[in-house]
Amino acid sequence: MCLSPTLSIHPRGRSMTRKSPPGPLEYLRRWQMQAWLAAVGVFLYAPLIALMAFSFNDSRRNIVWKGFTLKYYDKAFNDSSLIEAFVNSLTIAALCTVLSVALGAMVALVLWRFRFPGKTVLDGALALPIVVPEICMGVAMLVFFAKVLPWPVGLPWPLNLGAITIAHVSFSFPFVAVVVRARMASFNREMEEAARDLGAGEWRTIWDVILPHMAPSLVAGALLAFTLSLDDFVITFFTAGPDTVTFPVKVYSMVRFSVTPEVNAASTILIVLTVILTAVALKLQGDPAGVAGHGDKA
Amino acid sequence: MEQSWKQAKAVFATALSAPLVWLVLFFLIPLAIVWAYSFGHNEGLTQIAITGTFKNYARAIEPLYLKIFLKSAGVAALTTGLCLVVGFPVALAITFASQRAKTWLLLLIMLPFWTNLLIRTYALIAVLRNEGYINKGLEAGWNLAAKVMPLQPFQPLEMMHTNFAVIVGLVYVHLPFMVLPLYSALDRLDKSLLEASLDLGAGHMRTLFKVVVPLALPGIASGVLITFIPALGAYLTPDLLGGPDSQMIANVIERQFKRANDWPFGAALSFLLMYLTFVAIAVQALVSKGRKGATA
Repeated sequence: MCLSPTLSIHPRGRSMTRKSPPGPLEYLRRWQMQAWLAAVGVFLYAPLIALMAFSFNDSRRNIVWKGFTLKYYDKAFNDSSLIEAFVNSLTIAALCTVLSVALGAMVALVLWRFRFPGKTVLDGALALPIVVPEICMGVAMLVFFAKVLPWPVGLPWPLNLGAITIAHVSFSFPFVAVVVRARMASFNREMEEAARDLGAGEWRTIWDVILPHMAPSLVAGALLAFTLSLDDFVITFFTAGPDTVTFPVKVYSMVRFSVTPEVNAASTILIVLTVILTAVALKLQGDPAGVAGHGDKA
Repeated sequence: MEQSWKQAKAVFATALSAPLVWLVLFFLIPLAIVWAYSFGHNEGLTQIAITGTFKNYARAIEPLYLKIFLKSAGVAALTTGLCLVVGFPVALAITFASQRAKTWLLLLIMLPFWTNLLIRTYALIAVLRNEGYINKGLEAGWNLAAKVMPLQPFQPLEMMHTNFAVIVGLVYVHLPFMVLPLYSALDRLDKSLLEASLDLGAGHMRTLFKVVVPLALPGIASGVLITFIPALGAYLTPDLLGGPDSQMIANVIERQFKRANDWPFGAALSFLLMYLTFVAIAVQALVSKGRKGATA
Protein backbone atom coordinates (compact mmCIF):
# COMPACT_ATOMS: atom_id res chain seq x y z
CA MET A 1 0.00 0.00 0.00
CA CYS A 2 1.26 3.44 -0.90
CA LEU A 3 1.83 5.70 2.06
CA SER A 4 2.18 8.90 0.08
CA PRO A 5 0.11 11.69 1.59
CA THR A 6 -0.78 12.99 -1.84
CA LEU A 7 -3.08 9.99 -2.20
CA SER A 8 -5.35 11.69 0.29
CA ILE A 9 -9.01 11.13 -0.40
CA HIS A 10 -9.88 14.78 -0.01
CA PRO A 11 -9.32 16.45 -3.34
CA ARG A 12 -9.87 19.89 -1.89
CA GLY A 13 -7.51 19.41 1.02
CA ARG A 14 -4.63 18.33 -1.16
CA SER A 15 -3.22 21.62 -2.25
CA MET A 16 -4.07 23.60 0.85
CA THR A 17 -1.76 24.50 3.68
CA ARG A 18 -2.07 22.99 7.15
CA LYS A 19 -3.86 26.03 8.54
CA SER A 20 -6.83 25.69 6.20
CA PRO A 21 -10.21 24.86 7.74
CA PRO A 22 -10.99 21.14 7.75
CA GLY A 23 -12.29 19.81 4.44
CA PRO A 24 -15.80 18.43 4.38
CA LEU A 25 -14.68 14.85 5.05
CA GLU A 26 -11.67 15.53 7.22
CA TYR A 27 -13.48 14.42 10.31
CA LEU A 28 -10.25 13.83 12.16
CA ARG A 29 -9.48 17.55 12.06
CA ARG A 30 -12.67 18.59 13.81
CA TRP A 31 -12.29 19.29 17.50
CA GLN A 32 -15.46 17.38 18.43
CA MET A 33 -14.01 14.26 16.83
CA GLN A 34 -10.64 14.81 18.47
CA ALA A 35 -12.29 15.22 21.86
CA TRP A 36 -14.28 12.02 21.31
CA LEU A 37 -11.18 10.08 20.29
CA ALA A 38 -9.28 11.42 23.29
CA ALA A 39 -12.09 10.37 25.62
CA VAL A 40 -12.19 6.87 24.12
CA GLY A 41 -8.41 6.69 24.40
CA VAL A 42 -8.53 7.63 28.07
CA PHE A 43 -11.32 5.10 28.67
CA LEU A 44 -9.33 2.30 27.00
CA TYR A 45 -5.89 3.10 28.36
CA ALA A 46 -6.21 4.86 31.73
CA PRO A 47 -7.07 1.67 33.67
CA LEU A 48 -4.19 -0.26 32.09
CA ILE A 49 -1.66 2.54 32.56
CA ALA A 50 -2.75 3.05 36.16
CA LEU A 51 -2.37 -0.66 36.76
CA MET A 52 1.14 -0.66 35.32
CA ALA A 53 2.16 2.51 37.19
CA PHE A 54 0.98 1.26 40.55
CA SER A 55 2.89 -2.00 40.19
CA PHE A 56 5.93 0.17 41.05
CA ASN A 57 4.26 1.76 44.06
CA ASP A 58 5.87 1.10 47.42
CA SER A 59 2.64 0.61 49.30
CA ARG A 60 0.21 -2.23 49.84
CA ARG A 61 -2.78 0.08 49.85
CA ASN A 62 -1.88 0.69 46.30
CA ILE A 63 -3.70 3.94 45.61
CA VAL A 64 -1.50 6.50 47.35
CA TRP A 65 1.93 6.90 45.79
CA LYS A 66 4.61 6.08 48.36
CA GLY A 67 7.66 5.83 46.14
CA PHE A 68 9.21 3.66 43.46
CA THR A 69 9.95 0.01 44.14
CA LEU A 70 10.60 -3.19 42.23
CA LYS A 71 9.85 -5.44 45.20
CA TYR A 72 6.56 -6.69 43.77
CA TYR A 73 8.36 -7.82 40.65
CA ASP A 74 10.85 -9.55 42.88
CA LYS A 75 7.94 -11.19 44.69
CA ALA A 76 6.21 -12.18 41.46
CA PHE A 77 9.45 -13.69 40.09
CA ASN A 78 9.97 -15.62 43.30
CA ASP A 79 6.41 -16.90 43.49
CA SER A 80 6.98 -20.42 42.21
CA SER A 81 3.29 -21.15 41.63
CA LEU A 82 2.93 -17.97 39.58
CA ILE A 83 6.02 -18.82 37.51
CA GLU A 84 4.76 -22.35 37.01
CA ALA A 85 1.39 -21.05 35.82
CA PHE A 86 3.14 -18.64 33.48
CA VAL A 87 5.36 -21.37 32.01
CA ASN A 88 2.29 -23.60 31.63
CA SER A 89 0.48 -20.86 29.73
CA LEU A 90 3.39 -20.24 27.38
CA THR A 91 3.86 -23.97 26.76
CA ILE A 92 0.18 -24.50 26.02
CA ALA A 93 0.16 -21.46 23.73
CA ALA A 94 3.22 -22.75 21.85
CA LEU A 95 1.82 -26.27 21.42
CA CYS A 96 -1.57 -24.86 20.48
CA THR A 97 0.02 -22.59 17.88
CA VAL A 98 1.90 -25.41 16.15
CA LEU A 99 -1.12 -27.72 16.03
CA SER A 100 -3.60 -24.97 15.09
CA VAL A 101 -1.48 -23.70 12.24
CA ALA A 102 -1.04 -27.21 10.84
CA LEU A 103 -4.73 -28.13 11.14
CA GLY A 104 -5.97 -24.71 10.05
CA ALA A 105 -3.75 -24.61 6.98
CA MET A 106 -4.77 -28.14 6.00
CA VAL A 107 -8.49 -27.52 6.24
CA ALA A 108 -8.16 -24.14 4.52
CA LEU A 109 -6.28 -25.81 1.66
CA VAL A 110 -9.01 -28.45 1.29
CA LEU A 111 -11.82 -25.90 1.31
CA TRP A 112 -10.04 -23.58 -1.10
CA ARG A 113 -8.87 -26.22 -3.51
CA PHE A 114 -11.50 -28.93 -3.76
CA ARG A 115 -15.10 -29.48 -4.64
CA PHE A 116 -16.52 -32.38 -2.65
CA PRO A 117 -19.78 -33.64 -1.21
CA GLY A 118 -20.41 -32.25 2.26
CA LYS A 119 -18.34 -29.13 1.71
CA THR A 120 -21.06 -26.80 2.99
CA VAL A 121 -21.48 -28.96 6.08
CA LEU A 122 -17.75 -28.87 6.80
CA ASP A 123 -17.72 -25.12 6.26
CA GLY A 124 -20.57 -24.68 8.74
CA ALA A 125 -19.07 -27.05 11.29
CA LEU A 126 -15.78 -25.18 11.08
CA ALA A 127 -17.53 -21.89 11.84
CA LEU A 128 -19.11 -23.38 14.99
CA PRO A 129 -16.10 -23.07 17.33
CA ILE A 130 -15.91 -19.39 16.37
CA VAL A 131 -19.53 -18.60 17.20
CA VAL A 132 -20.36 -20.96 20.06
CA PRO A 133 -20.27 -19.04 23.37
CA GLU A 134 -17.11 -19.72 25.36
CA ILE A 135 -19.04 -20.97 28.35
CA CYS A 136 -20.80 -23.65 26.25
CA MET A 137 -17.49 -24.81 24.88
CA GLY A 138 -16.05 -24.78 28.40
CA VAL A 139 -18.73 -27.08 29.76
CA ALA A 140 -18.47 -29.33 26.68
CA MET A 141 -14.75 -29.74 27.38
CA LEU A 142 -15.42 -30.34 31.08
CA VAL A 143 -17.90 -33.10 30.27
CA PHE A 144 -15.69 -34.60 27.56
CA PHE A 145 -12.61 -34.86 29.72
CA ALA A 146 -14.62 -36.06 32.71
CA LYS A 147 -16.64 -38.75 30.96
CA VAL A 148 -15.15 -39.72 27.59
CA LEU A 149 -11.44 -39.15 27.77
CA PRO A 150 -10.36 -38.80 31.39
CA TRP A 151 -6.92 -37.24 31.10
CA PRO A 152 -4.54 -39.24 33.30
CA VAL A 153 -3.38 -37.37 36.39
CA GLY A 154 0.27 -37.12 37.37
CA LEU A 155 1.70 -37.28 33.85
CA PRO A 156 5.12 -35.67 33.47
CA TRP A 157 5.11 -32.07 32.25
CA PRO A 158 4.12 -31.07 29.56
CA LEU A 159 1.94 -34.14 28.93
CA ASN A 160 -0.25 -33.13 31.89
CA LEU A 161 -1.25 -30.06 29.88
CA GLY A 162 -2.72 -32.24 27.12
CA ALA A 163 -6.39 -31.68 27.92
CA ILE A 164 -6.07 -27.88 27.99
CA THR A 165 -4.00 -27.90 24.82
CA ILE A 166 -6.59 -30.01 23.00
CA ALA A 167 -9.34 -27.62 24.10
CA HIS A 168 -7.33 -24.60 22.95
CA VAL A 169 -6.58 -26.12 19.55
CA SER A 170 -10.30 -26.83 19.06
CA PHE A 171 -11.20 -23.16 19.29
CA SER A 172 -8.03 -21.77 17.68
CA PHE A 173 -7.60 -23.68 14.46
CA PRO A 174 -10.83 -22.49 12.81
CA PHE A 175 -9.53 -18.91 13.23
CA VAL A 176 -6.29 -19.90 11.51
CA ALA A 177 -8.35 -21.50 8.73
CA VAL A 178 -10.29 -18.24 8.22
CA VAL A 179 -7.09 -16.19 7.95
CA VAL A 180 -5.41 -18.67 5.57
CA ARG A 181 -8.48 -18.92 3.37
CA ALA A 182 -8.70 -15.15 3.05
CA ARG A 183 -5.09 -15.11 1.92
CA MET A 184 -5.58 -17.93 -0.60
CA ALA A 185 -8.33 -15.95 -2.32
CA SER A 186 -5.56 -13.83 -3.84
CA PHE A 187 -3.64 -16.83 -5.21
CA ASN A 188 -3.12 -16.88 -8.93
CA ARG A 189 -4.04 -20.34 -10.12
CA GLU A 190 -1.90 -19.95 -13.21
CA MET A 191 1.19 -20.20 -11.02
CA GLU A 192 0.11 -23.63 -9.94
CA GLU A 193 -0.63 -24.65 -13.53
CA ALA A 194 2.76 -23.38 -14.59
CA ALA A 195 4.41 -25.48 -11.89
CA ARG A 196 2.48 -28.53 -13.04
CA ASP A 197 3.37 -27.90 -16.66
CA LEU A 198 7.01 -27.66 -15.69
CA GLY A 199 6.77 -31.12 -14.22
CA ALA A 200 6.16 -30.57 -10.51
CA GLY A 201 4.02 -33.19 -8.85
CA GLU A 202 1.03 -32.56 -6.63
CA TRP A 203 3.03 -32.40 -3.38
CA ARG A 204 5.89 -30.50 -4.91
CA THR A 205 3.45 -27.83 -6.14
CA ILE A 206 1.93 -27.46 -2.68
CA TRP A 207 5.34 -27.22 -1.04
CA ASP A 208 7.04 -24.89 -3.54
CA VAL A 209 4.23 -22.75 -4.90
CA ILE A 210 1.19 -22.75 -2.62
CA LEU A 211 2.93 -22.74 0.76
CA PRO A 212 5.14 -19.72 0.01
CA HIS A 213 2.02 -17.79 -0.99
CA MET A 214 0.31 -18.94 2.19
CA ALA A 215 3.27 -18.01 4.43
CA PRO A 216 2.18 -14.51 5.61
CA SER A 217 -1.20 -15.86 6.62
CA LEU A 218 0.47 -18.70 8.49
CA VAL A 219 2.44 -16.14 10.50
CA ALA A 220 -0.71 -14.13 11.15
CA GLY A 221 -2.61 -17.29 12.06
CA ALA A 222 0.16 -18.40 14.39
CA LEU A 223 0.13 -15.08 16.25
CA LEU A 224 -3.64 -15.22 16.45
CA ALA A 225 -3.62 -18.78 17.82
CA PHE A 226 -0.90 -17.86 20.31
CA THR A 227 -2.82 -14.83 21.60
CA LEU A 228 -6.14 -16.67 21.72
CA SER A 229 -4.56 -19.45 23.76
CA LEU A 230 -2.68 -17.12 26.09
CA ASP A 231 -5.81 -15.06 26.58
CA ASP A 232 -8.28 -17.81 27.26
CA PHE A 233 -9.71 -18.01 30.73
CA VAL A 234 -13.17 -19.57 30.62
CA ILE A 235 -12.41 -22.74 28.66
CA THR A 236 -9.21 -23.37 30.63
CA PHE A 237 -11.08 -22.75 33.87
CA PHE A 238 -13.33 -25.71 33.02
CA THR A 239 -10.61 -27.96 31.62
CA ALA A 240 -7.78 -27.38 34.09
CA GLY A 241 -7.15 -29.77 36.95
CA PRO A 242 -5.73 -28.67 40.28
CA ASP A 243 -2.16 -29.34 39.14
CA THR A 244 -2.49 -27.71 35.72
CA VAL A 245 -3.02 -24.07 36.51
CA THR A 246 -2.47 -21.49 33.75
CA PHE A 247 -1.56 -17.87 34.19
CA PRO A 248 -5.07 -16.40 33.74
CA VAL A 249 -6.55 -19.02 36.06
CA LYS A 250 -3.88 -18.27 38.66
CA VAL A 251 -4.41 -14.51 38.38
CA TYR A 252 -8.15 -15.12 38.68
CA SER A 253 -7.71 -16.92 41.99
CA MET A 254 -5.44 -14.10 43.22
CA VAL A 255 -7.85 -11.38 42.09
CA ARG A 256 -10.74 -13.00 43.90
CA PHE A 257 -9.09 -12.21 47.22
CA SER A 258 -8.02 -8.64 46.68
CA VAL A 259 -6.29 -6.11 44.49
CA THR A 260 -2.59 -6.48 45.25
CA PRO A 261 0.62 -5.05 43.82
CA GLU A 262 1.85 -8.59 43.02
CA VAL A 263 -1.04 -9.05 40.62
CA ASN A 264 -0.28 -5.62 39.15
CA ALA A 265 3.33 -6.68 38.61
CA ALA A 266 2.37 -10.00 37.04
CA SER A 267 -0.21 -8.27 34.81
CA THR A 268 2.33 -5.66 33.74
CA ILE A 269 4.70 -8.40 32.64
CA LEU A 270 1.96 -9.95 30.50
CA ILE A 271 0.94 -6.57 29.03
CA VAL A 272 4.54 -5.85 28.08
CA LEU A 273 4.77 -9.31 26.50
CA THR A 274 1.60 -8.56 24.52
CA VAL A 275 2.95 -5.23 23.31
CA ILE A 276 6.19 -6.92 22.20
CA LEU A 277 4.23 -9.63 20.38
CA THR A 278 2.11 -6.99 18.66
CA ALA A 279 5.22 -5.10 17.60
CA VAL A 280 6.69 -8.32 16.18
CA ALA A 281 3.42 -8.98 14.36
CA LEU A 282 3.45 -5.49 12.86
CA LYS A 283 7.07 -5.89 11.76
CA LEU A 284 6.34 -9.21 10.11
CA GLN A 285 3.12 -8.06 8.50
CA GLY A 286 4.31 -4.65 7.39
CA ASP A 287 0.81 -3.25 7.23
CA PRO A 288 -0.92 -2.83 10.60
CA ALA A 289 -4.27 -2.66 8.86
CA GLY A 290 -3.66 -6.25 7.87
CA VAL A 291 -3.17 -7.28 11.48
CA ALA A 292 -6.17 -5.23 12.50
CA GLY A 293 -8.14 -7.38 10.12
CA HIS A 294 -8.16 -10.06 12.81
CA GLY A 295 -10.82 -7.99 14.47
CA ASP A 296 -13.49 -9.03 12.03
CA LYS A 297 -12.48 -12.64 12.28
CA ALA A 298 -15.69 -13.81 13.89
CA MET B 1 -11.71 -23.15 -10.48
CA GLU B 2 -12.03 -25.66 -7.75
CA GLN B 3 -10.91 -29.11 -8.55
CA SER B 4 -12.97 -32.23 -7.89
CA TRP B 5 -11.64 -34.18 -4.93
CA LYS B 6 -11.38 -37.26 -7.15
CA GLN B 7 -8.60 -35.65 -9.18
CA ALA B 8 -6.18 -35.67 -6.29
CA LYS B 9 -7.45 -38.19 -3.81
CA ALA B 10 -4.18 -38.54 -1.91
CA VAL B 11 -3.78 -34.82 -1.26
CA PHE B 12 -7.46 -34.45 -0.45
CA ALA B 13 -7.54 -37.32 2.01
CA THR B 14 -4.30 -36.30 3.75
CA ALA B 15 -5.21 -32.66 4.14
CA LEU B 16 -8.77 -33.34 5.23
CA SER B 17 -8.33 -36.24 7.64
CA ALA B 18 -6.53 -34.62 10.57
CA PRO B 19 -8.65 -31.43 10.84
CA LEU B 20 -11.85 -33.40 10.32
CA VAL B 21 -11.02 -35.98 12.97
CA TRP B 22 -10.03 -33.20 15.38
CA LEU B 23 -13.19 -31.21 14.75
CA VAL B 24 -15.45 -34.22 15.23
CA LEU B 25 -13.64 -35.82 18.14
CA PHE B 26 -12.68 -32.75 20.15
CA PHE B 27 -15.52 -30.41 19.33
CA LEU B 28 -18.66 -31.96 17.87
CA ILE B 29 -18.72 -35.04 20.12
CA PRO B 30 -18.27 -32.99 23.34
CA LEU B 31 -21.10 -30.69 22.24
CA ALA B 32 -23.27 -33.68 21.30
CA ILE B 33 -22.74 -35.18 24.77
CA VAL B 34 -23.79 -31.94 26.45
CA TRP B 35 -26.82 -31.85 24.18
CA ALA B 36 -27.71 -35.43 25.13
CA TYR B 37 -27.27 -34.59 28.82
CA SER B 38 -29.79 -31.79 28.49
CA PHE B 39 -32.42 -34.52 28.02
CA GLY B 40 -31.34 -36.51 31.06
CA HIS B 41 -31.37 -36.42 34.82
CA ASN B 42 -28.98 -37.13 37.68
CA GLU B 43 -28.98 -40.67 38.94
CA GLY B 44 -26.94 -40.88 42.10
CA LEU B 45 -23.93 -38.61 42.46
CA THR B 46 -22.01 -39.20 39.25
CA GLN B 47 -24.34 -41.10 36.92
CA ILE B 48 -26.47 -39.28 34.41
CA ALA B 49 -29.34 -41.14 32.80
CA ILE B 50 -30.38 -39.84 29.39
CA THR B 51 -34.11 -40.40 29.39
CA GLY B 52 -35.31 -38.00 26.71
CA THR B 53 -37.04 -35.84 29.30
CA PHE B 54 -37.80 -32.19 28.67
CA LYS B 55 -37.88 -31.49 32.40
CA ASN B 56 -34.63 -29.52 32.29
CA TYR B 57 -35.90 -27.23 29.57
CA ALA B 58 -39.19 -26.79 31.41
CA ARG B 59 -37.21 -25.75 34.49
CA ALA B 60 -35.04 -23.42 32.44
CA ILE B 61 -38.04 -21.38 31.30
CA GLU B 62 -39.42 -21.00 34.81
CA PRO B 63 -39.67 -17.31 35.80
CA LEU B 64 -36.47 -17.39 37.88
CA TYR B 65 -34.26 -18.53 35.00
CA LEU B 66 -36.28 -16.83 32.29
CA LYS B 67 -35.62 -13.57 34.08
CA ILE B 68 -31.87 -14.21 34.01
CA PHE B 69 -32.04 -15.01 30.29
CA LEU B 70 -33.96 -11.82 29.60
CA LYS B 71 -31.61 -9.82 31.78
CA SER B 72 -28.55 -11.25 30.04
CA ALA B 73 -30.04 -10.41 26.64
CA GLY B 74 -30.89 -6.92 27.90
CA VAL B 75 -27.41 -6.32 29.28
CA ALA B 76 -25.84 -7.62 26.06
CA ALA B 77 -28.14 -5.40 23.99
CA LEU B 78 -27.35 -2.32 26.10
CA THR B 79 -23.62 -3.10 25.86
CA THR B 80 -23.90 -3.46 22.09
CA GLY B 81 -25.84 -0.19 21.83
CA LEU B 82 -23.27 1.69 23.91
CA CYS B 83 -20.40 0.17 21.92
CA LEU B 84 -22.12 1.30 18.72
CA VAL B 85 -22.62 4.85 19.99
CA VAL B 86 -19.08 5.11 21.34
CA GLY B 87 -17.43 3.22 18.51
CA PHE B 88 -19.14 4.67 15.44
CA PRO B 89 -17.43 8.09 15.59
CA VAL B 90 -14.13 6.32 16.21
CA ALA B 91 -14.63 4.10 13.15
CA LEU B 92 -15.61 7.17 11.14
CA ALA B 93 -12.52 9.05 12.27
CA ILE B 94 -10.28 6.12 11.32
CA THR B 95 -11.95 5.83 7.91
CA PHE B 96 -11.31 9.44 7.00
CA ALA B 97 -7.92 9.74 8.63
CA SER B 98 -4.71 10.06 6.65
CA GLN B 99 -2.86 6.83 5.97
CA ARG B 100 -0.41 7.50 8.79
CA ALA B 101 -3.02 8.47 11.36
CA LYS B 102 -5.09 5.45 10.31
CA THR B 103 -2.24 3.13 11.21
CA TRP B 104 -1.86 4.66 14.65
CA LEU B 105 -5.57 4.81 15.39
CA LEU B 106 -6.02 1.16 14.42
CA LEU B 107 -3.14 0.25 16.68
CA LEU B 108 -4.74 2.28 19.47
CA ILE B 109 -7.95 0.25 19.17
CA MET B 110 -6.21 -3.08 18.63
CA LEU B 111 -3.75 -3.06 21.48
CA PRO B 112 -6.32 -3.51 24.27
CA PHE B 113 -7.94 -6.17 22.08
CA TRP B 114 -4.72 -8.17 22.28
CA THR B 115 -4.36 -7.64 26.02
CA ASN B 116 -5.56 -10.39 28.30
CA LEU B 117 -9.27 -10.13 29.14
CA LEU B 118 -8.70 -10.98 32.78
CA ILE B 119 -6.09 -8.26 33.16
CA ARG B 120 -8.36 -5.68 31.57
CA THR B 121 -11.19 -6.65 33.91
CA TYR B 122 -8.80 -6.55 36.85
CA ALA B 123 -7.63 -3.08 35.83
CA LEU B 124 -11.25 -1.94 35.96
CA ILE B 125 -11.66 -3.30 39.50
CA ALA B 126 -8.84 -1.01 40.58
CA VAL B 127 -10.63 1.93 38.97
CA LEU B 128 -14.15 1.25 40.22
CA ARG B 129 -13.77 -0.14 43.74
CA ASN B 130 -14.49 1.95 46.82
CA GLU B 131 -10.77 2.61 47.35
CA GLY B 132 -10.29 2.88 43.58
CA TYR B 133 -8.92 5.67 41.47
CA ILE B 134 -12.30 7.30 40.79
CA ASN B 135 -13.35 7.36 44.43
CA LYS B 136 -9.93 8.52 45.63
CA GLY B 137 -9.99 11.27 43.05
CA LEU B 138 -13.47 12.34 44.05
CA GLU B 139 -12.51 12.22 47.70
CA ALA B 140 -9.54 14.51 47.13
CA GLY B 141 -11.77 16.98 45.29
CA TRP B 142 -14.41 16.72 48.00
CA ASN B 143 -11.91 17.39 50.80
CA LEU B 144 -10.60 20.39 48.90
CA ALA B 145 -14.11 21.73 48.55
CA ALA B 146 -14.81 20.99 52.23
CA LYS B 147 -12.14 23.51 53.17
CA VAL B 148 -14.15 26.39 51.77
CA MET B 149 -17.65 25.20 52.58
CA PRO B 150 -19.14 22.91 55.20
CA LEU B 151 -19.69 19.43 53.73
CA GLN B 152 -20.65 16.00 55.02
CA PRO B 153 -17.77 13.50 55.25
CA PHE B 154 -17.07 11.94 51.85
CA GLN B 155 -19.14 8.89 50.93
CA PRO B 156 -17.50 6.75 48.24
CA LEU B 157 -19.66 5.93 45.22
CA GLU B 158 -20.62 2.26 45.31
CA MET B 159 -19.69 1.21 41.80
CA MET B 160 -18.20 -2.25 42.22
CA HIS B 161 -20.57 -5.22 42.38
CA THR B 162 -23.33 -3.35 40.61
CA ASN B 163 -24.97 -3.66 37.21
CA PHE B 164 -23.28 -0.40 36.33
CA ALA B 165 -19.85 -1.97 36.78
CA VAL B 166 -20.86 -4.94 34.63
CA ILE B 167 -22.02 -2.69 31.79
CA VAL B 168 -18.87 -0.55 31.98
CA GLY B 169 -16.77 -3.72 31.98
CA LEU B 170 -18.58 -5.24 29.01
CA VAL B 171 -18.31 -2.02 26.98
CA TYR B 172 -14.64 -1.73 27.89
CA VAL B 173 -13.88 -5.25 26.74
CA HIS B 174 -16.08 -5.35 23.64
CA LEU B 175 -15.44 -1.92 22.11
CA PRO B 176 -12.75 -3.19 19.68
CA PHE B 177 -15.16 -5.92 18.52
CA MET B 178 -17.45 -3.13 17.33
CA VAL B 179 -14.95 -0.62 15.97
CA LEU B 180 -13.01 -2.98 13.70
CA PRO B 181 -15.97 -4.33 11.66
CA LEU B 182 -17.50 -0.83 11.52
CA TYR B 183 -14.23 0.50 10.16
CA SER B 184 -13.97 -2.20 7.52
CA ALA B 185 -17.57 -1.46 6.43
CA LEU B 186 -17.12 2.33 6.35
CA ASP B 187 -13.81 2.03 4.56
CA ARG B 188 -15.54 0.32 1.66
CA LEU B 189 -18.08 3.14 1.18
CA ASP B 190 -17.87 5.29 -1.93
CA LYS B 191 -16.70 8.60 -0.48
CA SER B 192 -18.04 10.57 -3.45
CA LEU B 193 -21.58 9.82 -2.28
CA LEU B 194 -20.83 11.61 0.98
CA GLU B 195 -19.31 14.55 -0.85
CA ALA B 196 -22.33 14.69 -3.14
CA SER B 197 -24.64 14.74 -0.15
CA LEU B 198 -22.66 17.54 1.50
CA ASP B 199 -22.43 19.51 -1.75
CA LEU B 200 -26.16 19.26 -2.24
CA GLY B 201 -26.67 20.98 1.08
CA ALA B 202 -27.28 18.20 3.58
CA GLY B 203 -25.58 18.75 6.92
CA HIS B 204 -23.13 16.30 8.48
CA MET B 205 -25.75 14.72 10.71
CA ARG B 206 -28.22 14.37 7.88
CA THR B 207 -25.55 12.87 5.62
CA LEU B 208 -24.63 10.49 8.40
CA PHE B 209 -28.13 9.21 8.98
CA LYS B 210 -29.44 9.35 5.40
CA VAL B 211 -26.35 8.21 3.49
CA VAL B 212 -23.66 6.63 5.63
CA VAL B 213 -25.79 4.55 7.98
CA PRO B 214 -28.03 2.99 5.29
CA LEU B 215 -25.05 2.13 3.11
CA ALA B 216 -23.05 0.72 5.99
CA LEU B 217 -25.99 -1.21 7.44
CA PRO B 218 -24.62 -4.71 6.67
CA GLY B 219 -21.34 -3.75 8.35
CA ILE B 220 -23.19 -2.26 11.31
CA ALA B 221 -25.25 -5.44 11.57
CA SER B 222 -22.15 -7.61 11.64
CA GLY B 223 -20.49 -5.34 14.21
CA VAL B 224 -23.61 -5.58 16.34
CA LEU B 225 -23.60 -9.37 16.05
CA ILE B 226 -19.90 -9.73 16.82
CA THR B 227 -20.36 -7.61 19.94
CA PHE B 228 -23.68 -9.07 21.04
CA ILE B 229 -22.71 -12.76 20.99
CA PRO B 230 -19.70 -12.62 23.32
CA ALA B 231 -21.48 -10.08 25.55
CA LEU B 232 -24.46 -12.44 25.88
CA GLY B 233 -22.23 -15.31 26.96
CA ALA B 234 -19.92 -13.20 29.13
CA TYR B 235 -18.76 -14.97 32.25
CA LEU B 236 -15.75 -13.18 33.66
CA THR B 237 -17.07 -9.60 33.70
CA PRO B 238 -20.26 -10.25 35.71
CA ASP B 239 -18.36 -12.70 37.89
CA LEU B 240 -15.66 -10.22 38.92
CA LEU B 241 -17.40 -6.86 38.62
CA GLY B 242 -21.01 -7.78 39.32
CA GLY B 243 -22.89 -8.36 42.54
CA PRO B 244 -25.39 -11.09 43.40
CA ASP B 245 -28.10 -9.40 41.36
CA SER B 246 -25.98 -8.88 38.25
CA GLN B 247 -25.32 -12.52 37.43
CA MET B 248 -25.69 -13.42 33.79
CA ILE B 249 -26.62 -16.69 32.15
CA ALA B 250 -23.01 -17.91 31.86
CA ASN B 251 -22.57 -17.56 35.63
CA VAL B 252 -25.67 -19.67 36.22
CA ILE B 253 -24.37 -22.33 33.83
CA GLU B 254 -21.02 -22.37 35.60
CA ARG B 255 -22.72 -22.82 38.95
CA GLN B 256 -24.79 -25.75 37.71
CA PHE B 257 -21.68 -27.52 36.48
CA LYS B 258 -19.23 -26.68 39.22
CA ARG B 259 -21.12 -26.14 42.46
CA ALA B 260 -24.70 -27.40 42.14
CA ASN B 261 -23.47 -30.48 40.24
CA ASP B 262 -26.67 -30.53 38.19
CA TRP B 263 -25.14 -31.23 34.80
CA PRO B 264 -28.37 -32.02 32.91
CA PHE B 265 -29.90 -28.70 33.93
CA GLY B 266 -26.67 -26.83 33.16
CA ALA B 267 -26.57 -28.58 29.79
CA ALA B 268 -30.11 -27.43 29.02
CA LEU B 269 -29.24 -23.84 29.97
CA SER B 270 -26.09 -23.86 27.87
CA PHE B 271 -27.97 -25.19 24.85
CA LEU B 272 -30.64 -22.51 25.29
CA LEU B 273 -27.78 -19.98 25.21
CA MET B 274 -26.50 -21.59 22.00
CA TYR B 275 -29.94 -21.43 20.41
CA LEU B 276 -30.17 -17.74 21.34
CA THR B 277 -26.78 -17.22 19.68
CA PHE B 278 -27.96 -18.97 16.53
CA VAL B 279 -31.13 -16.87 16.46
CA ALA B 280 -28.95 -13.74 16.64
CA ILE B 281 -26.83 -15.02 13.73
CA ALA B 282 -29.94 -15.85 11.70
CA VAL B 283 -31.36 -12.36 12.28
CA GLN B 284 -28.08 -10.81 11.14
CA ALA B 285 -28.05 -13.02 8.04
CA LEU B 286 -31.61 -11.90 7.24
CA VAL B 287 -30.70 -8.24 7.68
CA SER B 288 -27.74 -8.41 5.31
CA LYS B 289 -29.67 -10.58 2.85
CA GLY B 290 -32.57 -8.15 2.91
CA ARG B 291 -30.11 -5.35 2.19
CA LYS B 292 -28.66 -7.19 -0.79
CA GLY B 293 -32.18 -7.86 -2.10
CA ALA B 294 -33.05 -4.17 -1.77
CA THR B 295 -30.02 -2.91 -3.65
CA ALA B 296 -29.98 -5.59 -6.34
